[in-house]
Amino acid sequence: MYRAHVLVCGGTGCVSSGSPKIIDSFKEELAKKGLKDEVAVVQTGCHGLCAMGPIVVVYPDATFYAKVSVDDVPEIVDEHLLKGRIVSRLVYRENESDGDEGVKSLNDTDFYKKQTRVALRNCGVINPESIEEYIGMNGYEALGKVLTEMTPEDVIDVILKSGLRGRGGAGFPTGQKWKLARELVQDGGPKYVCCNADEGDPGAFMDRSVLEGDPHAVLEAMTIAGYAIGANQGYIYVRAEYPIAVERLKIAIDQAKEYGLLGKNIFDSGFDFDIALRLGAGAFVCGEETALMTSIEGKRGEPRPRPPFPAVSGLFNRPTILNNVETWANVPQIILKGADWFAGMGTEKSKGTKVFALGGKINNTGLVEIPMGTTLREVVEDIGGGVPNGKKFKAAQTGGPSGGCIPAEHFDVPIDYDNLIAIGSMMGSGGLIVMDEDNCMVDIAKFFLEFTVDESCGKCTPCRIGTRRMYEILDKITKGQGTLEDLDRLEELAYYIKDNALCGLGQTAPNPILSTLRYFRDEYEAHVVDKKCPAKVCKSLLSYTIHADLCRGCTLCARNCPVRCIEGEVQKPHVIDQEKCIKCGACMANCKFDAITKE
Amino acid sequence: MKSLEELKAIREKVQSQMNLRDESGTDTRVVVGMATCGIAAGARPVLNKFVELVQGRNLTEIQVTQTGCIGMCRYEPIVEIHEPGKPSVTYIHMDAEKAEKVFNDHLLHGNVVTEYLIPAKMQA
Repeated sequence: MYRAHVLVCGGTGCVSSGSPKIIDSFKEELAKKGLKDEVAVVQTGCHGLCAMGPIVVVYPDATFYAKVSVDDVPEIVDEHLLKGRIVSRLVYRENESDGDEGVKSLNDTDFYKKQTRVALRNCGVINPESIEEYIGMNGYEALGKVLTEMTPEDVIDVILKSGLRGRGGAGFPTGQKWKLARELVQDGGPKYVCCNADEGDPGAFMDRSVLEGDPHAVLEAMTIAGYAIGANQGYIYVRAEYPIAVERLKIAIDQAKEYGLLGKNIFDSGFDFDIALRLGAGAFVCGEETALMTSIEGKRGEPRPRPPFPAVSGLFNRPTILNNVETWANVPQIILKGADWFAGMGTEKSKGTKVFALGGKINNTGLVEIPMGTTLREVVEDIGGGVPNGKKFKAAQTGGPSGGCIPAEHFDVPIDYDNLIAIGSMMGSGGLIVMDEDNCMVDIAKFFLEFTVDESCGKCTPCRIGTRRMYEILDKITKGQGTLEDLDRLEELAYYIKDNALCGLGQTAPNPILSTLRYFRDEYEAHVVDKKCPAKVCKSLLSYTIHADLCRGCTLCARNCPVRCIEGEVQKPHVIDQEKCIKCGACMANCKFDAITKE
Repeated sequence: MKSLEELKAIREKVQSQMNLRDESGTDTRVVVGMATCGIAAGARPVLNKFVELVQGRNLTEIQVTQTGCIGMCRYEPIVEIHEPGKPSVTYIHMDAEKAEKVFNDHLLHGNVVTEYLIPAKMQA
């Protein structure tokens, strides 16, 4: 029996920074010191603080070690686990200046204090490859309750009352979806339950973390939904680029079958349910519900017009519900703790919590779960630790290529579905990219448009051709060749595509342009009228200059220039040939005398 | 899985192994001094004895943990018992046998084993 548990993060972030080797090393060191039977090493899902990985947490004292390397392991084993002395140099410090005072246990950090973990409650706490640990955290109890005590109508009623809305971005009431799928078609034929794990937004990784950290929660929730709508088959559509998530889902499904929690006659109720995996090849459009179902059917992943909605005719033309991973992760908790508990969190129309993937210009890159109604300021400044290097916050991008930018003036707007739409963005799946004064908003819009141009499936004209034309106009503007008429044309085109595209991909593709035009029109105009990029990002509008009075003629810039466009004699001021310059910035980065500026 | 009882049985079994990760802090804590001094004086069998006894009885509300050197190396192995709402108790010169007595008398029945405490005249 164990007196201490060493939890090593096995999320994708920490795996790529080397956590598997750390696990091996812990096992080896513990065996060497004869502690193998006293200390358990557990691989967990994502803790959320990916910037600080690899992360190791030692219980029972919940000591939170950050950026642990294999070389640190013998010291942790020797000092902490053998002698009980915390290795303070490795303990996570919220501020570099905290010194030894900064020794923090997991739950004392600002990063975790303001969070409410519902969907992520087991991530970083249990071993995702152990069904027993999931059961130890009340797992499958909701399913047991549903199958032995509740009618399908009761289940739908609880989900409706909880106010849970789809976490994939659109925010459709989950209970409503289930109710329609149960009631609209009652011919006794098959129905299907699907899980959308085709997380495609650049910068979003909350679904991956749930699958990696708590796969059984998704299986349990899908089985509950199967009972509620009268389905016996579920499909999880997960992208093949998530190998760890796929692996853990496979293990979880096998374990659930072994324990009789999937399969025939679950809990002796006469209810059968099975779940199969379908791997997506990574097309963004396959995150759209009709395209996803088409892809599961084995056809090319393209959307189709709605209606008919999937609740009537979805997968294999049968009634189908599709929910996102994070939505599923909330369901067992709602059944166990009740609709009122869930509805007690959040704002009037958006209940519960939302997971955000923090990225971009922010100190604590990672995953956070907050109650709906938390302000952007709290997320960025308190939980995210603010913008690094003393730079000024400029905007936050939510919703990825379908969303928009929220400028600093809306910093105190409570985050929920309706508020975000009102200020021209959307919840999206929950990517939150923070931008500072060094980000050019035209360039950001161009980046997202480049993505949608690539990912447009080509089935409908507004999206296939429209997004390409919008991208070309943006490209022209960033090269300083745009006109004011281009801005008007861009806006007109954006609204046209929004109204006419076939599916969600095209309908939301103009959002990054519309929201940046709305809040940062002055930046667009600076590019067009003054031929300047205020954030100094767009290369065509920049020039590097060596100031003769500051240049000592050290030749460092000339030697580092990849195109050899800098000339000058030793100890005499150098000059850049603007014709040849490719604006790579190598000269400026190497100058020891701050003699080079960019304009 | 045929019944809720079956699920509950698994849950309870696993929970006793996982309760270390609960930080709610209302638990009784048995802290064994495990610095070099403590280990040299024989703290390891004491620690193992406590772990074994607590786990054996499935006492999820008791945590057995370790600490570093408290500075009174001549009294090692030292065991401190922290119970919520009570002053903490320090036992000295422990061994596995004494640990068993402390477990039975103190942890199970609430009677402090006075003969293992630091003698009053030395306490200053």
